[in-house]
Amino acid sequence: MNINANISSLESFHLAVDEVGAKERAASLAGRSIKKQSKVTAIKLAISMIDLTTLEGKDSDGKVYALCQKAMHPIDGEPEVPHVAAICVYPNLIKTAKQTLLGSGVKVASVATGFPSGQSPLKIRLDEVKKAVQFGADEIDMVISRGEFLEGNYNYTYNEVKAIKEACGDAHLKVILETGELETFDNVRKASIIAMLAGADFIKTSTGKVQPAATLPVTLVMLEAIRDFYNETGRIVGMKPAGGIRTTKDAIAYLCLVKETLGDTWLTPNLFRLGASTLLNDLLMQYRKEKTGLYQSADYFTND
Amino acid sequence: MTFREKPGASNRPSSNGEVKIVSGRSKPVWEYAPSTEAKDHISLKNRYDLFVGGKWVKAKKYFATINPANEKKIAEVASASKEDVNRAVLAADKAYKNVWSKLSGKERAKYIFRIARIMQEKARELAVIETMDGGKPIKESKGVDVPLAIAHFFYYAGWADKLQYAFPGKKFSPIGVVGQIIPWNFPLLMAAWKIAPALACGNTVVIKSAETTPLTLYKLAEIIQEAELPYGVVNILSGAGDTGSYIVNHPKVKKIAFTGSTEVGKIILRSIAGTDKKVTLELGGKAANIIFEDAPIDQAIEGIINGIYFNQGHVCCAGSRLFVQESVKSLVVKKLKQRLKTLRVGDPLDKNTDVGAINSKMQLNKIAELVQSGIDEGCTIYQPECVLPDKGFWFRPTFFTNTAQSNRIAQDEIFGPVLSVLMFRTPKEAIEKANNTPYGLSAGIWTDKGSKIFKMVSEIKAGIIWSNTYNKFNPASPFGGFKESGFGREGGVHGLKEYLQV
Repeated sequence: MNINANISSLESFHLAVDEVGAKERAASLAGRSIKKQSKVTAIKLAISMIDLTTLEGKDSDGKVYALCQKAMHPIDGEPEVPHVAAICVYPNLIKTAKQTLLGSGVKVASVATGFPSGQSPLKIRLDEVKKAVQFGADEIDMVISRGEFLEGNYNYTYNEVKAIKEACGDAHLKVILETGELETFDNVRKASIIAMLAGADFIKTSTGKVQPAATLPVTLVMLEAIRDFYNETGRIVGMKPAGGIRTTKDAIAYLCLVKETLGDTWLTPNLFRLGASTLLNDLLMQYRKEKTGLYQSADYFTND
Repeated sequence: MTFREKPGASNRPSSNGEVKIVSGRSKPVWEYAPSTEAKDHISLKNRYDLFVGGKWVKAKKYFATINPANEKKIAEVASASKEDVNRAVLAADKAYKNVWSKLSGKERAKYIFRIARIMQEKARELAVIETMDGGKPIKESKGVDVPLAIAHFFYYAGWADKLQYAFPGKKFSPIGVVGQIIPWNFPLLMAAWKIAPALACGNTVVIKSAETTPLTLYKLAEIIQEAELPYGVVNILSGAGDTGSYIVNHPKVKKIAFTGSTEVGKIILRSIAGTDKKVTLELGGKAANIIFEDAPIDQAIEGIINGIYFNQGHVCCAGSRLFVQESVKSLVVKKLKQRLKTLRVGDPLDKNTDVGAINSKMQLNKIAELVQSGIDEGCTIYQPECVLPDKGFWFRPTFFTNTAQSNRIAQDEIFGPVLSVLMFRTPKEAIEKANNTPYGLSAGIWTDKGSKIFKMVSEIKAGIIWSNTYNKFNPASPFGGFKESGFGREGGVHGLKEYLQV
């Protein structure tokens, strides 16, 4: 199949997913026992993959400045701890983030396209993307119009992703499917493949504003779609579960899913991200615990 | 990792192109460190005597049981002679007449519940010993063998005082002394399948473990002692085939329950012909796992893996014949190859091990011989290049393509991690081929269409059929075969009937 395949290529993918089986497989992978050095490696890897996120109405320059500091420098006295992958903010806060992170290697991701519902006219959503890129966003996290998708207007979904991808220019595009609203795994797989056919650089589970957000089974189904898409087209697409990932145990389970579904090639911040806000401190706490053998109080980890 | 791909002697071309290897880099970014289950909490004796009449009784001869993952001796166990078997049967007969048959169902239930609860307390210990003695991954003994064994005791304990509801309006009574012979693939679980319903129905038991896996049964004997089960109600022996034949031929044994090979099943039937002994046999299988083109493919792949590589394929209901609809055959084979690369083969006590050690040298030789026959007959073999430990008995997860019904690997029960991939074009052809075997224990059907599932289920001759899943067990669900896979059912209400005169 050609990389420039269009929506009609959807038919060449097997779309059926069995929910019971997918959940069982995810649970089995989450049962991997990760200990000692492999746990330390996993923690560092997970930190380097975090999209440290703040998406609130009350976000301000001060808040974003502090979060950027945390992103570049998660903890004192641990030179081996990497910086996170990116900061994820609303478009109005891109400039502050960009300025603060300058030269750090931490990327700036911005949600756009009428986040989180996507219920605005396409033109306005495209303008928002262009503006965000102009402000300096390295990555755009868009939402699909779930209403159109659920109505069966798959062409619409394909075309909107394609248009937004074009509007992104050089910025990387992450396509949020909002799997909590798509509900079935059949829908999740179908939406994943449509997004990838339309040019997504990443596919992403959720906005974090709808429950359930990221789950292991839904992520597994999306990872399998990424693998099948790669096998069919040769194009590598990244994955970002977001929302509800709070503990080190969760994060490591996601890494196991990636490793055993897609392989080590995907175990890089370039191809796998974890959208989270509180996860970072739990990873740091577990990191210190692995090094010292002791759990430290939450007071020793900064809240920014 | 790459694949070893050996075309067979006839040099038929492989039907599939090269697999794209996703993780092609030489050094993995992140490896799982060994995560070995602790052994310090288990207690094992150096030598186990026979458990007869509630006491440990010395035997004349002993034999070693080894850990198939490192070939080290774990303990010595007694080999029960004809006199020992006689003593055990007499103890069971005495317990039956004097105690167990006189107890009310409610009282019997109390004992069975007690066994189940003590097993729960010792679940970890039982799991570790099961893995050491048999080679199966700790993940499986902890997650499947032990909890299911416990569930069987709980389930049948619940039936003990409710038998009149299982057979309303009918008169029934226990049979007496039952002789039970179990295999090495699921030692504790098979013991639970047999002991629990026998006790619930008021029978007493003489049970023999398999030669290579006697230890968890003796741990069960300790649990039975702790539960203060009346002396002689359960007698546990170890030994080889001749010990089994003494049980089968003992005149006071009124019923035989056997799980094992079809070959031995036939010998048992011959030797009890003309007697009034009741018998249930759960024998071999060569199950068809059928994948339609509209199946959820990724889950079907998991079903194939679970069907044939679970417990190293030492499963009588293993899905050893894979029937794939021709239109999706290359996709399924490609995905199967990719999936096989991620199977972790090695130390059974490592919590991340997916495929453990082959149970015995003898079994390893048998698997190797059958696999060689596949190669000789021109089938194409696929094995992942996983590193196997130096010591112990190991066999790579294997599958064959370019196979036909007429190949020996597609007919004989291999009882190892070896799958034959066959194809079909229409549902009718799938049914025909699935039924084209002397066995009839189990089958799997994978399709998104409910109506197709019902049609297939009604026409496939197998005792257990799973749809869109595989190897699912529950004490309430009857298990047993058609044709040369045996007769009689274990589990559920059906399982009660086998231990009563109704």
